[in-house]
Amino acid sequence: MPWDEGLVNSLVYDAPDPSEGRVLSYVAALREALDLALGADPAVFVLGQGVDDPGSMFGTTKGLYEKYGRDRVFDTPLSEESMMGVSAGAAMNGMRPVYMHNRPDFILLAMNQLVTHAAKFHFMDNGQTTVPMVVWAAIGRGWGSGAQHSQAIQGVLLGVPGLKIVMPSTPFDAKGLMLAAIADNNPVLIFEHRWLMKKDGVVPEGLYTVPIGKGIYRRRGRDLTIVGASHAIELGLTAANKLAAEGIDAEVIDLRTIKPLDIEIIAESVKRTGRLLVVDTGWAMGGVCAEIGCLAAEHWLEHLKAPVRRIGLPDIPTPAGFTLEQFYYPDVERISTTIRDLVRTRSTIPVS
Amino acid sequence: MIQYRYEGEGVEGFLRRGPAYPREFHLRLFREMFRIRLIEEEIERRYHEDQMKTPIHLVIGQEATSVGCCASLTHDDLLYSSHRTHGNYLAKGGDLRAMLCEMFCRANGCVGSRGGSMHLIDKRVGMAGTSAIVAGAIPIAIGAALAAKMKQEPRAVVVFCGEAATEEGAMSESLNFAVLKQLPVVFFCENNFYSVQSPLWTRQPPRALWKWAEGYRLPSVQVDGMNVLAVYEATRQAVERAKSGGGPTFIEAVCYRFRAHGGAGDDTRTGYREQAERDAWDALDPVALHLEYLVSGGLLSHTDRDAMREDIVAEVMDAFEFAMNSPNPVQADLYRHVYAE
Repeated sequence: MPWDEGLVNSLVYDAPDPSEGRVLSYVAALREALDLALGADPAVFVLGQGVDDPGSMFGTTKGLYEKYGRDRVFDTPLSEESMMGVSAGAAMNGMRPVYMHNRPDFILLAMNQLVTHAAKFHFMDNGQTTVPMVVWAAIGRGWGSGAQHSQAIQGVLLGVPGLKIVMPSTPFDAKGLMLAAIADNNPVLIFEHRWLMKKDGVVPEGLYTVPIGKGIYRRRGRDLTIVGASHAIELGLTAANKLAAEGIDAEVIDLRTIKPLDIEIIAESVKRTGRLLVVDTGWAMGGVCAEIGCLAAEHWLEHLKAPVRRIGLPDIPTPAGFTLEQFYYPDVERISTTIRDLVRTRSTIPVS
Repeated sequence: MIQYRYEGEGVEGFLRRGPAYPREFHLRLFREMFRIRLIEEEIERRYHEDQMKTPIHLVIGQEATSVGCCASLTHDDLLYSSHRTHGNYLAKGGDLRAMLCEMFCRANGCVGSRGGSMHLIDKRVGMAGTSAIVAGAIPIAIGAALAAKMKQEPRAVVVFCGEAATEEGAMSESLNFAVLKQLPVVFFCENNFYSVQSPLWTRQPPRALWKWAEGYRLPSVQVDGMNVLAVYEATRQAVERAKSGGGPTFIEAVCYRFRAHGGAGDDTRTGYREQAERDAWDALDPVALHLEYLVSGGLLSHTDRDAMREDIVAEVMDAFEFAMNSPNPVQADLYRHVYAE
């Protein structure tokens, strides 16, 4: 059992309504996506450290090597850079690899192949090759994950042309976005969040995709727009639902994909509500929060009734100790406080 | 002081114990080396005009490695390479006009002016990819070999690298994985002793590179990279091994760069290598040595050689003319192929 399993098991989510369809856990939805993709296309293969071990990547690859063989579902040496390049090279030659890491921290070893090679080849060779590969990792949080096992690096990669970055928040999206990522002809990163893995949801059977690059309204509201993805928008949605009792009517946009970014959906909402809170599981500086905040300043300033707020991580490495972790991470309470503050603030910017 | 000496046996030494090749094969190899030499010299001659706005890495002195290696490959075999690509691209069958268009930053360059000198790619002839990061193309080539194996395609993948690639972790990782999976790949390591201006002794302890590679448990050989036939023979065996399921091979081809790491001209006078060493290797010029062998053996006359040169020069001049008169890209071209459909 992974060392943070107890923590993840203790998280409580609203139970889905079984009358709406088949209920699956987040992990089971991911496993089903991989199973369907492997079954549908012989070009798909799954690699990563431990994808065929008993832990089977949090259970997402459980039973797959028995079903599809070790040629198509295989463990790798601890050679992150080269295995990223191997994935890219295979993708450039007709395969569709899904390269799985149990933490994004390990992707940092492979930045040369990811950023300087996989993301660039289609452009560099003028479209002669495509690089249809998926790189998957689960962001850790809590239980002493610490500075080197909890990094949410999506902001670091946001500025790299040629990459797509997907961050699901529901079992439905986890399956649909995985299948969309495998079908996509570009390098697609999927950043899951460890804390979502025990979330249940209604998940249709069979093949379906969730479009990459399109956000979705999780809640409609008049007073402010909360935008983000993955576990951050889960917290945002919880806060929004709670604050409805106080008469605060928040709109919640789950981006699902942070690159390409669905700017239209944010613009549409912000122009109506005039208030924007950006939430992210990564560092606020230079990341998703910063980018969306800048877009607001660039394009929607005249619609803003208050300054943009952001809730990400402070510009500090993650501490491993329990008490320090509580100060470090945003929670529903912190988000709620910021929302209350935001709806009470009036902009000092003169509106013409 | 001569830091790095030639320890090869020369063309005739090799042939005394090696197989006999037909005259046509000799002439083909010589012509390809001669052609690359003349193309490179013309690029070098015109480089100061600043119309080729691209960093160049000339292969003058290293023609035998590309030509000898590619003589054992078909267009279905894939070649990946690093920044010194001119020889690889031409020997693999790449189009000269499209290469020069790339040098002159024209829209009809082989990669639409996205690559310049360092990224000459043409998948139609199996010139599959290059990297300006020294060991960067190696894992990619391993991935291509993995794909070939998974799809049961009877092709070999060759990856060219300089000896400095053995200092990057990606090469060690790739050797390990290629041996683990017994992939159809040939590591073709050109050891020219210098990385830019850093001699090998400042970068690695004294050892034979092919011996180092052998530690990964794959067949490893050292060949005379100044002798096109020795290179051909070693590569032929490695490619046969790859295609027959025998797994990867490491080839260390000992050679010498006659020019600076980048740009036109020789930079020996800056002091990182001695003129005496440069002169010693100059006497081992692979193009001149092979010509000498052909002439002394009566396989090629000087008149034939002159006719060959005239023929090549006409082709080269035509290609330069074509490139310089080719259209520049337009702004809309910049936005294409960032993402694939």
